[in-house]
Amino acid sequence: MTRLAAVLRGIAFPLGLVVIAQIAAMVSHLQSDTLASPAAALVAGAHAFADGSILIATVQTLANAFGGLALGGSIGLLFGILLGSVVLADRLMEFSVEALRPIPSVALIPVAMLIFGFGFRMEIAIVSFASFWPVLILTRNAVANVDVALYDVARVLRLTPLARTVKIVLPAALPRIFVAFRLAAGIALTVAVTVEVSTNPLGLGYGMMLAEQSLHPELMLAYLLWIGIIGWGLNFAITNAQRRLFARSPQAVR
Amino acid sequence: MDPQPLIAFDRVSMTLGGTPVLTGIDLSIDAGDFVCVVGPSGCGKTTLLRLLGGLLEPTSGEVRYAGKRIVEPRADIAVMFQDYGRALLPWRTVEGNVSLALEALGVPKEQRAARIASVLDTVGLRNKADRYPSELSGGMQQRLQIARCLAQEPKVLLMDEPFGALDAMTRQSLQDEVLSIVAVSGATVFFVTHDLEEAVYLGNRVIGLLPHPGRIASDVKVTLSRPRNQLTTREDPEFARLRRHLFDFIKDEH
Repeated sequence: MTRLAAVLRGIAFPLGLVVIAQIAAMVSHLQSDTLASPAAALVAGAHAFADGSILIATVQTLANAFGGLALGGSIGLLFGILLGSVVLADRLMEFSVEALRPIPSVALIPVAMLIFGFGFRMEIAIVSFASFWPVLILTRNAVANVDVALYDVARVLRLTPLARTVKIVLPAALPRIFVAFRLAAGIALTVAVTVEVSTNPLGLGYGMMLAEQSLHPELMLAYLLWIGIIGWGLNFAITNAQRRLFARSPQAVR
Repeated sequence: MDPQPLIAFDRVSMTLGGTPVLTGIDLSIDAGDFVCVVGPSGCGKTTLLRLLGGLLEPTSGEVRYAGKRIVEPRADIAVMFQDYGRALLPWRTVEGNVSLALEALGVPKEQRAARIASVLDTVGLRNKADRYPSELSGGMQQRLQIARCLAQEPKVLLMDEPFGALDAMTRQSLQDEVLSIVAVSGATVFFVTHDLEEAVYLGNRVIGLLPHPGRIASDVKVTLSRPRNQLTTREDPEFARLRRHLFDFIKDEH
């Protein structure tokens, strides 16, 4: 019962705003090319679901976001392990990392356009660039911060460098690496939608742009709502998985 | 000429970060000895143990095991660390932590279970095999460290203040357990402690170190009969005499 109360408390404010907007739209007999009533947006959204267009767009956006996350994240993970465990490599790469990292990933859209043209490859390339950095930096720190006592254990047991990495360093760093991927997942979705809104004729971002340009604000708002739900659901799922997987871990970061 | 000692420190000096930690250490240890090392903090007890464990290399002089210079950790020398909370892998069960030592030794999978069960029997943790370290008391975690060491079937056991953080009752029962394990296995023990009574109770030889820089200042034989007994041994006049001797020796320095 208290959980229900908490949920109700949480949604009271946004729901209130929606109701006010609806009332305002009805009272003012809203006729507009830029605004739409919440009810109209819901109807437009239902139509987009019914004809499958929003579902196809969702699949495209998620394929881009997760494809980029998998590619950039796994490269970031490998480099993060390397930089975290080999001090010389870290020193060598420090300048390059700090010089490249601040490049806004969307600034690469023209470059990726030239190389790949429109389509999945171009968007995945940009999303992987964006997800690469947080995973790299956080993995490097996680690996570098593994307790020295565990390195001593690895040494007295005479583990090989590979065994040490697989059996000791990675499991010890895993809770923090998971956090890195959680952050990167949020970034991946944001960047994917941004690329679609600005350039790429794919996915939810493009669907939203199309609705806007064809003067269908109600459909545009439906897309916006749906993107928000997806972002929220993604974060909810990953946070839940994190809590379940690392409940026992003392280093778990919440 | 005497038969070769099992362990020999030969004019060992150690400088860490510009500070001399140990100077001119000459020490021979025979197979089957139970050597306890005592001394005030900063006297280099732990450094001495880490040199023997191959975790450090001396600045000058050498440490030999069976005539061979120690340059890295050896499989026949097991190390038990002081801080059990950091020396065990929190993501592995009791069984898994013991298994780590066997995996490092390359013991085939089908032989591991029997060896794990046997060492867990020895330390009385058989019924906790599927627990995680965080579910065990401090005393049980230290038993688990002993089990992991025993799984290596070492010739030499290095113990770095292993019972320092435990309450008196637990400490006493673990002392007796170590004595009986060693009596059965015949292992040579190098036991660092700051507890003078513990040193006399366990050892057949007590080395006293003095600091600034660390050096051997006392080397006494303990002739108390075995098996030792928490009541009668501690009431023995010889026990009191040795404790007095070590107490005066350490006090004189301050």
